[in-house]
Amino acid sequence: MADKPRIKLPKEAAKGEIIQIKTLVSHMMESGQRKDAQGKPVPRKIINKFTCEFNGKPVFSCALEPAISANPYIQFNARVDEEGTFKFAWTDDDGTVITAEEKIALKA
Amino acid sequence: MKAINRRQAFALGGGFVMLTLMPMAADAEVANDAAKWIEKFTGGKDPAKGKVSLDLPEIAENGNTVPLTVAVESPMTAESYVKEIMIVADGNPNAGVATLSFTPLSGKAEAAIRIRLAATQNVIAIAKMSDGALFTEQKVVKVTIGGCGG
Repeated sequence: MADKPRIKLPKEAAKGEIIQIKTLVSHMMESGQRKDAQGKPVPRKIINKFTCEFNGKPVFSCALEPAISANPYIQFNARVDEEGTFKFAWTDDDGTVITAEEKIALKA
Repeated sequence: MKAINRRQAFALGGGFVMLTLMPMAADAEVANDAAKWIEKFTGGKDPAKGKVSLDLPEIAENGNTVPLTVAVESPMTAESYVKEIMIVADGNPNAGVATLSFTPLSGKAEAAIRIRLAATQNVIAIAKMSDGALFTEQKVVKVTIGGCGG
């Protein structure tokens, strides 16, 4: 379950360029609607929040509900005005946070 | 075999009425708390049509993973940007799908996610701008296989 999240973004960007970021994290996203073999409901366990920051400033975030597919894929954009680090965080229902970082440089 | 008497004929007729009524009853049950979600997000104001584009397949063969792309026209500057986009599905056990929050650093108010749909239903997106204006768009998605387990 604690697989490394997959993140795709360019290594460098021109100043002011809008780049696309694609992220995917492995998670079963148990909706809480399914029943097990004994007919008991399987408790909900999902990633309920995703955030992305660039150099400490918020870029994009979202609150997720059980209606998000397993292995949540999130694609969004970011404007790059300076070089720096993107920080990504996925928060699980049980409180664990999966984090990742990616650096981006400015095109010379 | 004896002929159907008057009483039996009435019973049969009643059965037909029940059969025709049942699908309607089932529909009413499916309806979820989408209206409540929308009201909480909009604060009771009516969102205007337009500005939002919602891209979803017309027919989803597998409701477990339906690609969704939402975009809102906006300059995305510090003065005017899209703050939030809420997505709800009115035929799922729970109406909420996701609430996306943007900042001027997002550059573009556009995001793509994959969602679960239990049955054929409307997917509604409502965008809240930085000045409080609301815009909406909705799409019907036909679902062949539902995506909420069983």
